[in-house]
Amino acid sequence: MKAIVIGCGRVGSTVAHELREEGWDVVAIDEKEEALGRLGEGWDGGFVVGHGMDTSVLRRAGVEDADAVVVSTDGDNTNIVVGQVVQKRFGVQCVVVRLLDPARAEFYASQGMRTICPTSNAIERLNDAVRSCIVPEPARTA
Amino acid sequence: MYVLIAGGGKIGANLARSLLRVGHEVTLVEQRRDRFERLEDEFEHVVVPGDATEIFVLERAGIQRPPNIVVAATGDDEDNIVICQLAREKYGVDKVIARVNDPRNQVHFDLLGVSPTVCATSSMMALIEHEVPEHGLVHLLELPKENVEIVEVQIPPDADCAGMRIDRLQLPDGARLISVKRNGQFEIADGDTALRPGDQVLAILQPGKEDELRRVLLKT
Repeated sequence: MKAIVIGCGRVGSTVAHELREEGWDVVAIDEKEEALGRLGEGWDGGFVVGHGMDTSVLRRAGVEDADAVVVSTDGDNTNIVVGQVVQKRFGVQCVVVRLLDPARAEFYASQGMRTICPTSNAIERLNDAVRSCIVPEPARTA
Repeated sequence: MYVLIAGGGKIGANLARSLLRVGHEVTLVEQRRDRFERLEDEFEHVVVPGDATEIFVLERAGIQRPPNIVVAATGDDEDNIVICQLAREKYGVDKVIARVNDPRNQVHFDLLGVSPTVCATSSMMALIEHEVPEHGLVHLLELPKENVEIVEVQIPPDADCAGMRIDRLQLPDGARLISVKRNGQFEIADGDTALRPGDQVLAILQPGKEDELRRVLLKT
């Protein structure tokens, strides 16, 4: 199985690593060559320098026979457009797109995009954490 | 008419000014604080600060009315695509117009159905091509959605095809000659029209057939 991770920051590089460890063929794409450093010295997957909007970069990474693509650059709108291009132009079935803005994440999810919103997750977790801190009122003694 | 313009750079601001002058209602959205303040001096309440790809900013700018036209004129192509998609799909805006900054992104606008688009580089390139035909073939019209284009070719002085009837030419599949302009006169290209050096020929063809067409009409 082959996966492409577009945007190799903290999130992308870790996703790439975990998939690689699970036995996937992984190619990471990032605009900056320094991003390769995040993958570590022992990285034995692929790495392509370039922008996700550039179809020649996507082709070089092997998008045409990818089984899954993770889009996790630091730009929500770039992720939205690249995710659609990968799905519609190259017919990749499994495209997962990270969006920081909950409003856009919700709208594009309603359009059929598989969006992951770390912001919404953080809000839920924070609220849960606060709720679990509340000391229950002492039970009334009779 | 009510027009919402995203992006208050030269294009957006001048568009707003022109529309206001002829009596239309306009909202201009600008993200950069310094630019917003300058625009506010001139446009007052017409300009709204914020990122026009944020849903709450669009709603504050009045997208729910909805506008008759949304113009996405920011300097970022991904932003322009998202603004047009939100306007059309989420708010039912009938007409969107998008600016293409990098002509290499045109294919993405086309793929995602964001149209019409305006690309300054491509427009200038087309004008230059018309003045100085490169490789003898000028694109006059491109309809990517219909997968067809119209080109103009000038037959060179010693072309192999000079003197040949059009029905004897080995034209590629998916290409037809439309008309021949000779001494300022247009005529519809028939099978028995014979080509002559200097003829300006219009052809309709599928994109990608240009090289085959060049081989037939320009080879010397």
